[in-house]
Amino acid sequence: MATVADTHTAEHEHGPAKGIMRWITTTNHKDIGTLYLTFAMAMFLVGGAMALIIRAELYQPGLQLVDPHFFNQMTTLHALIMVFGAVMPAFAGFANWMIPPMIGAPDMALPRMNNWSFWVLPFAAAMLSATLFMDGGAVASGWTLYPPLVLQFGNALPFTIFSVHLLGLSSIMAAINIIVTIFNLRAPGMTMMKMPMFCWAWLITAFLLILVMPVLAGAVTMLLTDKFFDTSFFDAAGGGDPVLFQHLFWFFGHPEVYIIILPAFGIISQVVPTFSRKPLFGKNSMVFATAVIGFLSFIVWAHHQFTVGMPVPAELYFMYATMLIAVPTGVKVFNWLATMWKGSLTFETPMLHALGFIVLFVFGGFTGIMMSQAPVDLYYHDNYFIVAHFHYTLVGGGVFGIFAGLFYWLPKWTGTMYDEKLGKLHFWLSFLGFNLLFMPQHFLGLAGMPRRIPDYAVQFTEFNQMSTVGAFIFGFTQLLLIYIVYKCVKGEGEKVGDEVWEGAKSHGLEWNLPSPMPYHHSFEGIDIHKAVADE
Amino acid sequence: MNLNKLERLFVAAILALVGEVAWADYQLNIPVGPTETSRVIYDFHMYAIWVCVGIAVVVFGVMFYSIINHRKSRHPVPAKFHENMTLEVVWTVIPVLILIGLAVPSTKALIEIEDTSGAEMDIKITGYQWKWHYEYPQEGIAFFSSLDEASNRARQLDSGIDPRTVPNYLLNVDHPLVVPVNTKIRFLITGADVIHAWWVPAFGWKKDAIPGFVTTAWVEVEKPGVYRGQCAELCGRDHGYMPIVVKAVTKEEYRDWVAEQKQKLAGSQAAAQEWNLQVAMERGREAYNAHCASCHQADGSGVPGTFPALAGSPVATGDVDAMIEIVLEGKGAMPAFGRDENIRNEDLAAVITYVRNAFGNDIGDVVTPEDIADAR
Repeated sequence: MATVADTHTAEHEHGPAKGIMRWITTTNHKDIGTLYLTFAMAMFLVGGAMALIIRAELYQPGLQLVDPHFFNQMTTLHALIMVFGAVMPAFAGFANWMIPPMIGAPDMALPRMNNWSFWVLPFAAAMLSATLFMDGGAVASGWTLYPPLVLQFGNALPFTIFSVHLLGLSSIMAAINIIVTIFNLRAPGMTMMKMPMFCWAWLITAFLLILVMPVLAGAVTMLLTDKFFDTSFFDAAGGGDPVLFQHLFWFFGHPEVYIIILPAFGIISQVVPTFSRKPLFGKNSMVFATAVIGFLSFIVWAHHQFTVGMPVPAELYFMYATMLIAVPTGVKVFNWLATMWKGSLTFETPMLHALGFIVLFVFGGFTGIMMSQAPVDLYYHDNYFIVAHFHYTLVGGGVFGIFAGLFYWLPKWTGTMYDEKLGKLHFWLSFLGFNLLFMPQHFLGLAGMPRRIPDYAVQFTEFNQMSTVGAFIFGFTQLLLIYIVYKCVKGEGEKVGDEVWEGAKSHGLEWNLPSPMPYHHSFEGIDIHKAVADE
Repeated sequence: MNLNKLERLFVAAILALVGEVAWADYQLNIPVGPTETSRVIYDFHMYAIWVCVGIAVVVFGVMFYSIINHRKSRHPVPAKFHENMTLEVVWTVIPVLILIGLAVPSTKALIEIEDTSGAEMDIKITGYQWKWHYEYPQEGIAFFSSLDEASNRARQLDSGIDPRTVPNYLLNVDHPLVVPVNTKIRFLITGADVIHAWWVPAFGWKKDAIPGFVTTAWVEVEKPGVYRGQCAELCGRDHGYMPIVVKAVTKEEYRDWVAEQKQKLAGSQAAAQEWNLQVAMERGREAYNAHCASCHQADGSGVPGTFPALAGSPVATGDVDAMIEIVLEGKGAMPAFGRDENIRNEDLAAVITYVRNAFGNDIGDVVTPEDIADAR
């Protein structure tokens, strides 16, 4: 491969096209990565604004701002937009930007499909958001879309389902592209076990996506036929079963939470070694643990349904299987700690976010272990303890993972160092705001506050007020993030060399490239054999 | 210390994280209720917390030791190791052992909680949008239980009523479930329209109320008292307004209550014998406010785009048989009330009469229970 570079001539070296058509027609993995990340950021703000409406209404008991029906629409859309519009596309953005340079490839394997898999998203998201303005409003059934409730909503239902189809379609195309890229385009010498942890995490995630998205598509299509074509898949009166939908949904939904968290695990496994100045501890067991988590995520779905009246043996099985996930997850955490142990640690913004990730995710893991216990889950289920738990894992885990990755690679993408002072400020405000937002919700749940209620009994007031204050701190801090990124993209800041972080070259092939990376032919002129061997 | 309310709460929250703190004003933890089940659940919950606290001390201890002692300024030359098989086996095996330590008591607790055998009486619970129906099959008593009037007024958007002034805001009902103490009661739980979940925190467990299916649970209350809860599964617009109140009384009081209910039932059947506009309107108003007002609103104005208005509507002022059919058979989001055996002919007749003569509709006709019986 190294010789290939020599046959290229300078006339092949051209920059991006100009104007809006560059972005619409682009097949360049870097452009598509940028599109994904920009889209994710926009959706993060929309979903966040919805969360702030929810928290503002919950600032005190009684209804002050919105109708309960609208409140339910907000909880539904907040979740759907955050999961499908913000977090998953953000990770797809990282995959597009980083997988090719990390494995020594010139681009993604299927660039034309890459363009499509992105451009489906804005239309799907627009359709989903448009349901808010339809007669009767958006679906207000929670993101789980449980029938029979979801079948009560009118025009919004088919549009929501079609947009879920499209969002799933986009994810599947992205997943196929990632799998093909990783299997076919690795540089010579880059064996699977030499491949960086981020690529491994995404590879396993991609398989999860391909396996579960069709199940979701099938389940929501069955909703559609129940509503419009007189089938009775989920209607007991017609011989169907409302709980069947829950089984189908969570067969998708449980792996989905790992689809959100595994790429973040991958990012943390890149960031922690870099700022510890040590290789990742137990690389092989990290790969194995990630694969085991991926597998286990498929066989535990009904722990979301301990209250539906399953037979006791089934409850016990799902309880034991769920508990097992703690073991490989624990291995990952211990490996990160061992990576830090006797390292030479510094605490730049990406590392702060990585440490924040570990603290918050482990905390969410503890409540996860508690919830896995069926007898106590009969209490925790559908109350605020659950809300706190999954936000600790999905925001404390997923979103802080995204923040870590963003600060880690932003200088590589732009050639400019972000403002470190503002970066640290963003971390601390996010971290404190987050904890003020979600920590009190544990107590609300234990004290007996159900989730998804627009109004509550007065003894829950103080904790809800703390939570709302935290939400506004966390939310508005993200405007600071946009400012930091904007400044960096504009080139306002110190120029960085190819390594960016001290000793980074031994932690990923991407650090051998100049910053910013060339638009085309990334590895031209670089001795890739030597670079792979040096890692 | 002079701390304001929020600061005190914050301190309490932090303390509660590391230990048990009884903060007088606020409940921070699972309540210990009046049943064996709730104690089992509470004890297991605390056990699980302490296991997690133990692990947290070790994990975060190691992490912060590294952060403090292995920072670049103190530890400039990093070590080179990146494998240790023994260590990795150890931190795979120890968590497995901890999990077994959790699974054994947990399995025992679950089997006990789910064992409904040997119940002395049954109560059938049906979840409706947005109220509960309770039926005592052995006694022949049945009634609906909805949010009480005071909470209902205060909860309206811009009601101007401070919820803090309403006793048991959102946790009070018009007709509580009455149960005898020291009696193993089996609950048969189902849903009429969508999925609800019946949850009284003091009893520990919750169970989904699923249309077409019956789930079971049980309770044996040891102390007389009033125990409050709420629906725990998103069930539509008024999901937050579906409280549960259980009044546990002595066995003697329970017998008296049953006798009283039977008498009331006989009285209402007698009243139904003399059916006229006034009787129907009175009964209809009550039934309308309990069952219809949450969608169609107390003044019949509906919710535009979602629930049609009744005031001046073609259905409410048009052909009476067409209206009876819609009420009995349902339409769109409107449930088929006629297919629900929990709902009496008298109430259906009264509601239809009420709607046709209230909100300025003023049709003047009277629908009788016999009309409904025929239509059914």
